[in-house]
This record gives sequence, C-alpha cells and structure tokens, in this order.
Amino acid sequence: MHLRNALRAATALSLIMVGAAQAETITIATVNNGDMIRMQGYTDDFTAKTGHEVEWVTLEENVLRQRVTTDITTKGGQFDIMTIGMYETPIWGANGWLVPLDDLSAEYDVDDILPAMRGGLSHDGTLYAAPFYGESSMIMYRTDLMEKAGLEMPEAPTWQFIREAAAAMDDPANDINGICLRGKAGWGEGGAFITVTANSFGARWFDEEWMPQFDQPEWKAALDFYVNLMNDYGPEGYATNGFNENLSLFQQGKCGMWIDATVAASFVTNPNDSTVADHVGFALAPNAEGVEKRSNWLWAWALAIPAGTQKEEAAKAFIEWATSKDYIELVAAKEGWANVPPGARTSLYETPEYQDVPFAKMTLDSINAADPTNPTVDPVPYVGIQFVAIPEFAGMATEVSQEFSAAYAGQQTVDEALAKAQAIATEVMEAAGYR
Amino acid sequence: MARAVSPRRKLINTGLAWAIGLLIFFPILWTILTSFKTEAQAIASPPLFLGFDWTLENYGVVMERSDYGRFLMNSIIIAGGSTILGLIVAVPAAWSMAFVPSRRTKDILLWMLSTKMLPAVGVLYPIYLLFIQLGLLDSRAGLVIVMMLINLPIIVWMLYTYFREIPVEILEAARMDGATLKEEVLYILTPMAVPGIASTMLLNFILAWNEAFWTLNLTAVDAAPLTAFIASYSSPEGLFFAKLSAASTMAIAPILILGWFSQKQLVRGLTFGAVK
Repeated sequence: MHLRNALRAATALSLIMVGAAQAETITIATVNNGDMIRMQGYTDDFTAKTGHEVEWVTLEENVLRQRVTTDITTKGGQFDIMTIGMYETPIWGANGWLVPLDDLSAEYDVDDILPAMRGGLSHDGTLYAAPFYGESSMIMYRTDLMEKAGLEMPEAPTWQFIREAAAAMDDPANDINGICLRGKAGWGEGGAFITVTANSFGARWFDEEWMPQFDQPEWKAALDFYVNLMNDYGPEGYATNGFNENLSLFQQGKCGMWIDATVAASFVTNPNDSTVADHVGFALAPNAEGVEKRSNWLWAWALAIPAGTQKEEAAKAFIEWATSKDYIELVAAKEGWANVPPGARTSLYETPEYQDVPFAKMTLDSINAADPTNPTVDPVPYVGIQFVAIPEFAGMATEVSQEFSAAYAGQQTVDEALAKAQAIATEVMEAAGYR
Repeated sequence: MARAVSPRRKLINTGLAWAIGLLIFFPILWTILTSFKTEAQAIASPPLFLGFDWTLENYGVVMERSDYGRFLMNSIIIAGGSTILGLIVAVPAAWSMAFVPSRRTKDILLWMLSTKMLPAVGVLYPIYLLFIQLGLLDSRAGLVIVMMLINLPIIVWMLYTYFREIPVEILEAARMDGATLKEEVLYILTPMAVPGIASTMLLNFILAWNEAFWTLNLTAVDAAPLTAFIASYSSPEGLFFAKLSAASTMAIAPILILGWFSQKQLVRGLTFGAVK
C-alpha cells in the first residue's frame, strides 16, 4: 500500500515536473501600434492553449530596431521572439541569426501567407519570419472634395492626374491642402516615400554593378516633380512631415489627398478620430505616365526567433498562434472584421465578411502590385521596394533623405541634393566593397 | 550694503522671472494638459488649451496596459542606488582632490570630465558584451553600476567645488584638537558640506531618473524603468499623443514632486559658493 502511494506520488510529481519544464515564459520584443497592442490583450488565449506565459517588451519602432539589432548581433539572448520588418529579415536570415520557420505545422497552412509577404520575409526560399500584418501604400482621398472639383479618381491614376487633382482641391482660404505627402528625413519616413516615387518614374538606387544612380535623369524627374507638387499644393513645412503629421492633417480635413501606408485606412475611416471618416476613397498609388512600376511599397511587421534561444519550441508555438487563421477569427469575433491584422493571409481576403470592409480590396490590390524581387523598371541587384536589403542601406539612406529634406525645405536645390546623394552612396558602396 | 531697487524695477524683474519660468515649464504643462484630452482633441488645430472635455481615459488605458508599479520601483532603485553608490565613491575622491591636491589633480579632474564627451552609443557594444559576460543584462544591479559610472564625473566635480569653499583652517583646527581622519570627514566636513552634498544627490537622482539611452538598451523586462514605460507609448505609425502624454506625466510626477519639495536645498546647493 505504502509502495503504491509512493509510486503514485512519484508519478504525479514527475508529471508536474514535466509540465513545469514544458511551460515556459517567453519574452517578446514588439512595436507600439494598434494591432500589436491588441495582440497583447489576447495573450491569455495563447496561455490557455499552450500553458506558456508571455512577457512583452513594447518599444517605439526606432528604439526597438536598435535594441534588437544590438541583442542579436551580440547574441545577448534577451528575447525569444523579435518583431522585425522586411528590411531586416532577409539580411539576418542570410547571416544565420534567425531560426528558419520551415517546420510549421500543417494546420498553420504556410501556403496561405500572401506570396508577396512570404517572398519578402524569406532568404533563399526559406521563411525566417511570419507576417503578423502587412501593408502597402495607396492613395486616400476626399470623395466630397473630388466631387466638388468635378473630377473622378481612376482606380489606377498617374502622377499627372494627381497633380491635376491636387490643383483642383487645393483651397488655402479654407485651410485645405491639395495633397499631403511625407518629407521627413529618415530612411523609413520620407526616404521610403521618395524611393517608391522614384521607382514610379523609372529610377533605381543602383544599377546591376552597384553604381548609384542619383545622377540619372529619372531621379531628377522624380524629385523635381515631388518638390514642385508639394511647393504648389502641399502643406507648409512638409519637409518635416511624416506619417503621424499627415495622418493628423488628413483626419482634420486639411488634405485633399494623402498617399501613405494602407494601415492608415482604418484610422482615417474611424469616426471617433477622423472628421472626414465618411468621405474617404481609395486608389492605387500613382505612376508616371508610361512607366509600368507604381509607387507602392511593401512592408510587414513579422515575428522571428533569434538563433540561440533556449525556448524555441514555445516561441514557435506563439508565432503559430499569433499569425494563424484562428487568431484572425478570434479578433473578428471580439472586435469586428475591420480590426483584424491585415495583409498577411490570402484566406482573409476570401472571407465574405472581410470583403465588406471598405479598404480591404484596395489593400490587397496594392500588396499584390508590389514585387520586392523586381521593384524597378530597369534591373537591380537588390531585393526591396522602398529599401535596398543590404546592411549599409539604413545609414546611407538616412543621410540621403536628409539631403532631400534639405531640398524640400529650400535650403538647397534639387540638383545639389542629388549630387550629394550620389557622393554619399558612392562612398558607402566603395567602402563596403561592393565596387 | 545691498543696492536699493525701485519698486518698479522689482516688478519688472519679478514679471520677467515668471515669464521665463512659465516658458521653461510650458512643455511640461502642455504634456499634462494633453494627457487629459482624447486622441482627437490632442491633435486638434488650432490647439485646445483649457476648453476641452477633460477625461481620465488615457490614464485608465495606461494603467490597464502597463505594470506602472514595476517600472516605478525600478526607477527608484536604479536612480537611488546609483546616487548612493556614486556618493560613497565620490566623497573621498573629492575630499582628497580638494584638501590634499597633487600636481596632477587638475589633469585628473579634466580627464574625468572628458569621459562625458564620448557619445554613449560609441561604447554600447563593449558595455553590452561585458554585461552578457557578467550576466548583468536586464538587471537592476547592472544599471545601478552604469548610472553611477556615467554620473560620477559630475558628482566628483560638484563635490570638489563645494569642498573647496570650506576653509582648510577649520579642518586643521580639528586635527590640532586630535580629530582622526574619519572624525574630520564625518563631524566637520560633512555637516558643513550638507547643502552641497544634498544638491549633488538631488541632481544625480534626477539625471539617473531621466537617463534614456542605457536604461533602454540594457533592459528588457525585469529592470526596465520608467523611460522604457514611456517608450512603449511612442509610435511613428499611429497617433497616441494623449496616451503618451499620460504615460509621460506618470513618469515625471514623482521627480516633479521631489523637485518641488526640495527646491530650496537644490537652489542653495547650486548657488553655494557663488557669492563671496
């Protein structure tokens, strides 16, 4: 009897110990945005399903980027999951810093991830980060002002039409700017916008020999067009406007058009925050007449596991949970389809309820129109649309965008800015051994 | 004899002092006001000064989303710990430099200050690697040491300046009366330098409280102080100004209260020795 009890106790104890060994606490570094914060609120669902606990480290995007880069390059081991973007993923994957996500379960249905997202988050065909949500860029415009101007927005307009529409909607007397666009320095701010604009004028950052191309006429055409458009119909001080500044202007009814991230659609159509929520239309990002590439980018915030983590299984379980179809359904059931993380899964766009969301189709069309492996008219040796997926890009592009912002602010001419950009890029590429 | 000041001039001076004071305080006031607005009101143009519907919603959201108490406790431990440790190291150092100077004292003081001239990011990787090796990443002990080290030159300099104002004859008299070194420091020097030590302590506490490079880069979960708490509400893609303002107000409130109650000591300490 004693022996039996002892055996029972030992069995129970070992089961508890196995359970305790399996239940882990994982640390996740993430950015502060609506979708990520919402996910944090549903962590209990993950814990209930797997037994694993989650500790969140939420940081501002640029702080997070520096923080996780320091940790992964030094093998600091502070995080079990990192939220990273399309720029970092292929570089870090190539360096062997990330755990390949090539053994996700059959129920996860990895083939359901939008091809553009999967391509941008892979290196040599191996997925290194799972997209939590994805975005492209598109035109958001005031339908009431467009109607008043007697114009109709085509589904796929040209830059020439955009200028015409901006002129028609511009109304300084009523504090309405024809168009609001990013001009703020920083590779992910104004740098991203001017790069996709340049793509749509037939420009590129480098030729196939990694020679910078800022001295080519396409770059000058793009920059001249942007500066003239914004000087004529943009808001005052646009050289320091980024996403948030333009969002604020648009929500207060001070922009006729705004070309920016597709995630902004849910903000500008939310009547709690936006005074123009009922008068917003969407269209594909423009291109210059006769140029096949449009000015829309592709981005995803994705979850990746740093190589060397001791909690790989628990981390994979979390990624499968957070980027699954079930998670999307969970959010839809609790908060409605307009609040689910967009741009990651094909099945979402096949869901009838989601097709009723006003910006769903345009978001998908914009994402599908972006091809990070073939971003420009002429061939390039790099991957990435609004960025060049090489480690040197972030620093170099920030410097280049500072020169461009100085031109927007009238501190130098477009020609001077382009000459400086050419010199900066040439020096960096030579120092890094590309040339 | 003090110079006579006309009532009119006094009024102008007072008005000017208030205007400058309000100008300096305005960003903090604006942050506090914004924390009581809705997100839409926070970005309203023209800006709303007082005529808006005051709400505590942002504070509710911040309290629900974040464990404020944990961040606060970490800030208190890191700022307090580094201040105490810094004083323990700096008082003897400043004493020896002030009362037993050598030919190289001035050079040492300048060299100590020169460490402040290096941008912090320049030594991020060496410190990070050192912390990995020593197991100090995301630990309060590690942050206490780093905060103490980066503020040490300022503490030593401030204390050195205060100690230099104390007449060496008083210390010599104590020695003549048979006071030991310990007694001399504890019973003669320290009481005379209390305002200086107090203001050094306060200033160092404020500097450590507000430091946002090392505290963000060397912490994750366990040791993250209020600077990390604020950083979690900033976003380049989405308007969270009202919530960010609420988080900032909660982060600066303790130090604001501390500063308010100790302003007399702070001013006395900072102007110590300025008037002969």
